[in-house]
Amino acid sequence: MTRSRDGRRAGPAEPPSHRLPPQPGELLDRTRPLAFTWNGRAHTGIAGDTIASALAAAGVRVFSRSFKYHRPRGIMTATFLDPGVTVQVGDEPNVRGAHRRLVDGMTIEAQNVWPSLRYDVRAANQLVARFLTAGFYYKTFIKPRQLWPTYEKILARFAAGGVVSRHSSPGYYDKRYAHPDVVVAGGGPAGMGAALLAAEAGAQVMLVEEEYELGGSLRWGGAPELAVLRELRAALEAAPNVEILVNSVVAGRYDDDWVSIVQRGLPHVDERLIKARAKALVVAPGLIERPFVFEGNDLPGVMLGTAVRRLVNLYAVRPGRRAVVLTANAEGDAAVTDLERAGVEVACVLDGRRGQELRRAIGRGGLTSVELADGRRIDCDLLVVSTGWTAPTSLLNMAGGQPVYDSVAARFRPGDDLPPSVLATGGLTGDGSVEELVGHGHAVGSAAAAQAGFGSARAPEPLPMHPHPALFRAGTHGMVDFSEDVTSKDLFSAAAEGYDSSELVKRYTTATMGPSQGKLETVNTVAVLAEATERSVADLGTTVWRPPYAPITLGALAGRIFEPVRHSPMQTWHVRHGARPLVASQWIRPDHYGDPQAEARNVREGVGIIDVTPLGKLDLRGPDVPLLLNAVYVNKWSKLAIGSVRYGVMCSEGGVVMDDGVTGRLDTERYLMSTTSSGAAAVWEHLEGVLQTEHPEWQVHVTPLTTHYASINVAGPRSRALLSRLTDVDLSPEAFPYMRVRTGRVAGVDDCLMWRIGFTGELSYEIHVPASYGLHVWTTLLDRGQDLGAAPFGVEAQRILRLEKGHLVVGQDTDGMTSAIDAGLEPLVKLDKDDFVGLPELGWAHERPNQPRLVGLQPVDGRVVPAEASQIVRGTKEIVGRITSSRMSPTLGRSVCMGYVAADLAHAGSTVTVVLPSGQRIDATVMPSPCHVDPEGRRLHA
Amino acid sequence: MFRIPCPHCGPRNRTEFRHIGERGSRPDPRATTPEEWRGYLYGQRNASDWTAETWYHVAGCRKFVTMDRHTLTNEIRPAAGSTATVTDDGTPR
Repeated sequence: MTRSRDGRRAGPAEPPSHRLPPQPGELLDRTRPLAFTWNGRAHTGIAGDTIASALAAAGVRVFSRSFKYHRPRGIMTATFLDPGVTVQVGDEPNVRGAHRRLVDGMTIEAQNVWPSLRYDVRAANQLVARFLTAGFYYKTFIKPRQLWPTYEKILARFAAGGVVSRHSSPGYYDKRYAHPDVVVAGGGPAGMGAALLAAEAGAQVMLVEEEYELGGSLRWGGAPELAVLRELRAALEAAPNVEILVNSVVAGRYDDDWVSIVQRGLPHVDERLIKARAKALVVAPGLIERPFVFEGNDLPGVMLGTAVRRLVNLYAVRPGRRAVVLTANAEGDAAVTDLERAGVEVACVLDGRRGQELRRAIGRGGLTSVELADGRRIDCDLLVVSTGWTAPTSLLNMAGGQPVYDSVAARFRPGDDLPPSVLATGGLTGDGSVEELVGHGHAVGSAAAAQAGFGSARAPEPLPMHPHPALFRAGTHGMVDFSEDVTSKDLFSAAAEGYDSSELVKRYTTATMGPSQGKLETVNTVAVLAEATERSVADLGTTVWRPPYAPITLGALAGRIFEPVRHSPMQTWHVRHGARPLVASQWIRPDHYGDPQAEARNVREGVGIIDVTPLGKLDLRGPDVPLLLNAVYVNKWSKLAIGSVRYGVMCSEGGVVMDDGVTGRLDTERYLMSTTSSGAAAVWEHLEGVLQTEHPEWQVHVTPLTTHYASINVAGPRSRALLSRLTDVDLSPEAFPYMRVRTGRVAGVDDCLMWRIGFTGELSYEIHVPASYGLHVWTTLLDRGQDLGAAPFGVEAQRILRLEKGHLVVGQDTDGMTSAIDAGLEPLVKLDKDDFVGLPELGWAHERPNQPRLVGLQPVDGRVVPAEASQIVRGTKEIVGRITSSRMSPTLGRSVCMGYVAADLAHAGSTVTVVLPSGQRIDATVMPSPCHVDPEGRRLHA
Repeated sequence: MFRIPCPHCGPRNRTEFRHIGERGSRPDPRATTPEEWRGYLYGQRNASDWTAETWYHVAGCRKFVTMDRHTLTNEIRPAAGSTATVTDDGTPR
């Protein structure tokens, strides 16, 4: 005979059913039985059941083990928040069993148990409970330090929660933007009333309800309540401008009534996150029944009055056989009536309004008896407690409203400090009959519609607050936070240790930090703390309620991932020719075509072409362009002749190198600026910032042309020969010297720009082709250059070539603190200009003579290529620099680097020590200049 | 998530904008001291109060917009004396 995973022997039939005959308001469709398993054992439920109600009908009492002490737990609230009924469904952990509807074929397992629910070994924690009180991890598992990895492994085994599978199939989540006039959070009597009248006034209404159907507490009421429910529901379904979302929750309210809603239950969509800009928000969440604190209050069999009413009326489940009831309000009284109707023997009713009390609940693994205040013991398997309410004011708090404690009603209520667009209605705001609650909802709905611009309305008459006894704790200590296993004793200890405010005690004990986010725990925590510190609940106040109101999956927050990808027009060619892709922010670029060293050699010896389309290009026009250039670059631009190109460096106001590039003058008032590829957008914004905020009087138009042109750099000693086959523009060195720009026809394409610049240090021409002809010009160059050995080269080869020439790359050889002076650009910085960006910091650089300088370096052993970012040290402890760029040079046959070294080491010939990532130290020599190949630039000026 | 009344586009979600920063008065770079200049660059008043700021409508008209914003309530009102500024009632100018 095998044991199932709940530890019980697999026996004959299921235990006797606790299912009642049909109830008037039940949610069940008895024609549709559903099969499911619980810890490996087969059971049957009915369509409409929740997981918890189906299990309760089958006689299951223990659903889980608690977080820290592994105490057995059962149904307590029978709502989404029920802390004892979190279960694993298939590969989905942490399913709220009292909310989730049963589905045919579900595989349900208990969480946080080992090896089984019945015989959970970790319940041994209870034996050492003294050492596991709140905050124990601040005082234990600290010494010896060497054992931390061991402690970590032990504690991980005891961590609570379900199991996440690596093999889950991906879910589909999406998002929606909505612009409703009125959002109503909560579909109970007042919420439904508000939605109806807001719609009648003409507003577009979104009504959001957490349960699977509208109605709130009407659903488990008697015949009159069910009649009102049917009427309201029919009216809402008939209203064309009301969108009803069930099994959905308003998760947060942000500035200007930006409201997030998590919508579930859509076909084919796991969850949808709706971001709604509402004109008015009506908050109607009702009231949440609060547990009572006493010894044994977490035993399976101890339930709240509303839990009993839900089980009996909605799911036709008999919650026990023999009950004791402690009631202090009408809901508890109604629970007694429901129990009697369900055939439960009500052994004793204690009236909290008349001071009748209990002391403790007794049992092992489940309730067996209750001890009253006078010492009498009553045998029972069900203890029903209705001692008070919590007002879920979270959404109002998110709108800036502070709740106020009403000591007559013994609960918090909304304050009067809400913004005009946020309104509250229903049980949250006061008490009354069903008609009074619906009536209040009507009035608030009209007011909300008026706020949104539909109709007009008087301010609603507030609902009264009925008196209620202030019952928080019996004379004994019990659970306050069921999810975190924090007892009232823990709270007393924390207060004694000096954690005497709500915020402090919350963080120290973790009370209210569990999955219900304080909705079941906060008021009791504050009340116990008030007791322990001899203050009042009103004085202490609650902790801050923050979004989200209800848990949201990461999937819903992520939605669908949209990542735009940018390709040059030549991308298909690169892919076909085996280019290895390089992701450069949104751009995909060819890193190399198989052998970057060979590609670099081909540029130095023959001719290569590279696709540099992502290069930033900005068209600048107007009479004041030179003023702009002088303002943003560190060097001088007033005398740039038509047809000339100049290199410029841009700094921030702090003197830090921001971007570099060349700018050419095409005509009297027409220039083209190039920027680094990653800086294209930032430089555009920077130019606009200068023009709009500093100098709106300058006449300059800036137009980004980055994607308007495909850009190809043709480089190498044979580049002139190749290009002259494709263009009539005179490429002779006299007609087209270095650092000039020409326009003309290339490969039959008009309006191409060519400038002669030299990032690679070779004779080269950068051609900007109207983008739709980019591929044509690219392939024509390669076809016509076959006999010259024309071949493509990628970004990696370009990096090698520019490093050989000592050309810095902003962001690689500079960082967020590198000034133009540190980067060796001092000759470019013209401090005698008018105001420019970077002045005066660049002028103060002499204050810091010992700043590390950018230099060229060569490892003494030319076979070693140090990893970029390797540190340069002096002695054993002093870091004096780092390697920023490092490659094997095909031209020299040895490694070449750029990096920073302290000023006193930054002269030609000094030897520095480089620490490789392995820890090995090598020597490197500082070179006379960063340029390792052809320092006179003869090839450039050919 | 508050809205910014762009003078060109009307009220738009603040996520369409990039927050540039507080508008301080820029000292004359030729006459300033390092302390005063760095105070301008890096020091922010950062008060729980009305703050003069600039935002850049990066996902919209790409104009720099100046305004005063109350950092506690995110109320927005027009800034004094700028050419591109929000209007009192949020309608585009």
